[in-house]
Amino acid sequence: MTHVVIAKVWEIPPGERKIVVPFRGRAGIGVFNVNGDFFALRNICPHKRGPLCTGELTGRIEAAAPPSGHAAEMTVDGDGEVLRCPWHQWPFEIATGRCLVDPKVRVKTYPVRVVGNDIVVDYDE
Amino acid sequence: MPTSQPAPSTGPAAVSGNGQSPRQQVSVLDRPGTQHPSSPQRVIDCDIHNEVSSKEDLMPYLADYWRDYINNSAFTGPSADDYPRGAPTSARPGSVPPGGRAAGSSLQFVQEQALAPFDTEIGVLNCAYRVQSVKQEDLAVDLATAANRWQIDEWLTPEPRLRGSLVVPSQVPARAAEEIQRFGEHPQFVQVILPVRSYIPYGSRFYDPLYAAAVERDLVVGIHFGGAPGHPPTPVGWPSTYLEEHAGMAQVFQSQVISIIAEGVFDRFPDLRMALIEGGFIWMPSLMWRLDKEWKGLRSNTPWVRRPPSDYIREHIRLTVQPVGAPPDPRYILQTIEQMESDSMLMFATDYPHWHYDDQDEAWPVALPEPLNGNIWSENARAFYRL
Repeated sequence: MTHVVIAKVWEIPPGERKIVVPFRGRAGIGVFNVNGDFFALRNICPHKRGPLCTGELTGRIEAAAPPSGHAAEMTVDGDGEVLRCPWHQWPFEIATGRCLVDPKVRVKTYPVRVVGNDIVVDYDE
Repeated sequence: MPTSQPAPSTGPAAVSGNGQSPRQQVSVLDRPGTQHPSSPQRVIDCDIHNEVSSKEDLMPYLADYWRDYINNSAFTGPSADDYPRGAPTSARPGSVPPGGRAAGSSLQFVQEQALAPFDTEIGVLNCAYRVQSVKQEDLAVDLATAANRWQIDEWLTPEPRLRGSLVVPSQVPARAAEEIQRFGEHPQFVQVILPVRSYIPYGSRFYDPLYAAAVERDLVVGIHFGGAPGHPPTPVGWPSTYLEEHAGMAQVFQSQVISIIAEGVFDRFPDLRMALIEGGFIWMPSLMWRLDKEWKGLRSNTPWVRRPPSDYIREHIRLTVQPVGAPPDPRYILQTIEQMESDSMLMFATDYPHWHYDDQDEAWPVALPEPLNGNIWSENARAFYRL
């Protein structure tokens, strides 16, 4: 197990991210602060290898029901917890790497720890 | 639930539109009715036209007020004439009955020319009487009722092999729903027929009362070539020729499928089944690919669409085979079916009395493997229409 100190905790406030390159390849990783919790994702979209971690943040957009005689009641659940790839706009859940439009697709995640004031990412050699 | 209808098929097919695709790992052999692929070819013809030849056919079924109104006006019937009567594609040779009546208006000719050549077990009639084009809504409603009573008396009662499609005033969905409730229990009506050219796209919630009634009465909603809603039949304006309209109708079908999926019709009505009739099918794989692709990136536009569009299409939608595209190599047709990733989506149709082929051996231009062959000729329709 290798440990890499990514940043001091104050460098990535909630809602922000840091792209770290290189990290096991030139594309690097993105380290995200989602409401105080840190997550790290490989910066390669599993769809077409786009720079996933540079995409827009969003949430899980849902509708209580399809439009009918009543409103569809559309909501954004967990705003800031979902990342959209800048290339094809596929949404990924930051905490799990799960793709929200294709359950077979998942981006690689790395465990993140906070040690003192350091944000540390672990990976296997 | 209508009690006088034949028992719906049971098993997984009955849950929601009989949708099975190879992707779902459900064998078509699990379905009722598909156990005899080697017996003589059974044929279910999903598109036979029964034409109202003139307003006189319906006069006996109309109230005195409308008879008076029609006799004292220039009204000759709905203005939509989907097929130029003189065009050779509109009437195959010998299909025009004596006395100047419209091709497709004679039961005897349908029996002799559509049912007999294939020894057709069941024929689904698609009455193209376009009450949707009548702007006087009450007249449109009563013309629909008259057309449906006429179908029962002149077609369904005398010929038990036939099934009917209800003519409904879809421009007034609540009244269309009444029409569906009025006749929905008749055991020979299996479908509600809508012209593919609509005033408002069929995905709109505007049509909810119509769809709810169709689901309640266990009827398929069939979307069929034609109609005259006032819009051009192309999205770029009025074409100059029948060729353009005829060949270009496939894009109208695609527009309706896109609307129906995106507006969540199958999320609102999980038991709704839709048939696309006389629109061809070669275009369907590319539409599924494009819709699936864009849905992934634009999922937030339509969050109620919870599955890839092609999943809904395979589950809820069937297509009749005529007019089949005529690729330079007939094997391309098999490739197209493979691209659909389903052997359950296509249903045989002659489109009688329209002209598509001059020999019944040509009706389907490529040899099909089993069970695809049996599925297309009869079993997909049997399961979908619950025949």
